[in-house]
Amino acid sequence: MRMIKRAGITPKQSALIKVYAVLSALIVSAFFIFLLGHNPVDVYVSMAKGAFGSAYRIKDTITISIPLIVTSMGIMIAFKMKFWNIGAEGQILTGALFASYVALNFSTLPKPLLLFLMMVAGFVGGGLWAMIPAILKVKFDTNETIVTLMMNYIALQWITYLQYGPWKDPDSMGFPKIANFADNAIMPKIFGVHVGWIFVLLLVAFMTFVMKSTKQGYQIAVVGESKDTARYSGINVSKVIVISIIVSGGICGIAGMMQASAVNQTLNTQLSAGYGYTAIITAWLSGLNPILIVPVSVLFAAMTKGGSFIQTAFQIPQSAAEIIQSLILFFVIGSEFFIQYKLVFNNRKHNKEDAA
Amino acid sequence: MSYGFLTAMIIAGTPLLFATLGELITEKAGNLNLGVEGMMLIGAVAGFGAGMATSSPFMAILGAGVAGAMAAFVYGFLTISLRANQVVSGLSLTIFGTGLSSYLGTNYIGQRMPAEIISAFEPLRIPILSKIPVIGQALFSQDIYVYFGLFCAVLTGVYLYKTRFGLNLRAVGENPSSADAAGLNVTLYKYIHILIGGAFAGIGGAYLSVVDVPTWQDNITAGRGWIAIALVIFARWNPFKAIFGAVLFGGLSIIGFRLQHLNISQSLLNMLPYLVTIIVLTASSAKKSKLNAPPKGLSVPYFREER
Repeated sequence: MRMIKRAGITPKQSALIKVYAVLSALIVSAFFIFLLGHNPVDVYVSMAKGAFGSAYRIKDTITISIPLIVTSMGIMIAFKMKFWNIGAEGQILTGALFASYVALNFSTLPKPLLLFLMMVAGFVGGGLWAMIPAILKVKFDTNETIVTLMMNYIALQWITYLQYGPWKDPDSMGFPKIANFADNAIMPKIFGVHVGWIFVLLLVAFMTFVMKSTKQGYQIAVVGESKDTARYSGINVSKVIVISIIVSGGICGIAGMMQASAVNQTLNTQLSAGYGYTAIITAWLSGLNPILIVPVSVLFAAMTKGGSFIQTAFQIPQSAAEIIQSLILFFVIGSEFFIQYKLVFNNRKHNKEDAA
Repeated sequence: MSYGFLTAMIIAGTPLLFATLGELITEKAGNLNLGVEGMMLIGAVAGFGAGMATSSPFMAILGAGVAGAMAAFVYGFLTISLRANQVVSGLSLTIFGTGLSSYLGTNYIGQRMPAEIISAFEPLRIPILSKIPVIGQALFSQDIYVYFGLFCAVLTGVYLYKTRFGLNLRAVGENPSSADAAGLNVTLYKYIHILIGGAFAGIGGAYLSVVDVPTWQDNITAGRGWIAIALVIFARWNPFKAIFGAVLFGGLSIIGFRLQHLNISQSLLNMLPYLVTIIVLTASSAKKSKLNAPPKGLSVPYFREER
């Protein structure tokens, strides 16, 4: 048995390979569920029911998809440039922090204006937080993976500090929490889900346009393929990296603003809920394609929601969903090999073909 | 203060030291494994589980090492055999390890290591030497796990710089095609050292769950795996310098707890190790020299037929 490089592969074939990979991951997960003493089919069915079984559950699943899609979109920009931003968690938190400052201090402004300002603040917060590793990267070639991750922890501690110190709600009778937002600072609902979903649709359309049809999107793609090519063709690589990463972090910051405003209705350290990490998986699985991010994120939101459902139904811990998610990731990463190569079993027939 | 700050620094530095050594060996083979945090967590939960099941300190360490190596195998298979992107594969391993450890640890939350294990890792007072003022207690009155860490660091150093295998390994990391041409089995070298790296990371994680804490907590490593990756750069791929780096960062991670009485917010002090990691990393990446450079083949995938 040996492998040879494929001459070419149709998008359909490549998509099929990825679908097989996801199915294989689900089969392996099924085997583990079986070992735990449950019927895998029952577990998968009730996971699906838990995610889509009623109008209420569907709304919940969509509410989880919103931050996931937005964050994946931010990460997508960074990953396109092979800038390994794994600091989305911190960018979500700083975005939420900046938005909360506006929400808590200007709550008397008219609602649309206040929400708009909060969104701008969220973008600025996340953008600034991402700007630091981007500048360190272009100035000193500092490993961005480690810096972005370290900044997650710093953001977390910073919010904890505010929660226990300067921003502690004086009316909470000594309980360390930040005050709930006034009604003006809470995003309204349309069809039972907060308006973030409309923002998501706009963002998907906008990002598709930017990545496919603008100079900026093209520059990002070139920098990602080869920095030398980019430099040679006259692109200011450092500038492209810093600006794109600010936008990348800013989009994650908006996800934080929406979580703070619509879901938690205050600022706390739990609002990022690991979306920053899950979005790394969803961004990669979607092949860094803004449109594909939507179905992949909805699938992962369904697994998260369904995962919490099977926790009560089968006493399978919530983290089981995380394991299934990362198994899917492993299989899809591994499957990319079969997109580039094919295995050939060494028998005479093939040898003859090669010789001919 | 029941014992000195230096003593505590070394204790807090031990999980970092193991993980740093593991990543260092992996990187010497030319692979950047960002799954350290995940492998530490898997090692931590496996070591804890093995300890609970057998009450044997040896089995706890062994279980952690084997589990860490198994986790590293997934990374190795993806990056060596399936030629996947090293960064993404490592990240996935961290995500997987976080989920798996949290899943397996569900039933252990709040449980304590059996007394046999706790007593096995009591500080070991080396006669006379431990009586030396100031450094005596810190250096010669530690538990056996700490000594094991120092021993591993020295062993790694000797292996890398004084043995034929170490020389071969460095050749594989620096220039895999030349190593291949010289008749070395590049794939085998990479696999073995990635597995050893995973075992070290697992053992480092288990120090937290089995000795340092020693009860199970979700996400017990709290980012130490990432600090270890930074420490490899800080230590300039040198296992002896890694000892100092680990102790230094161990100190930073406990300084918040030690300075509680100063009335500075605990949360602000908790930021220190992460903040200092960024600063140190930036300083060491800005200062480039040929002598202290990373292996040339680091994170460059090696495909024989594309030579």
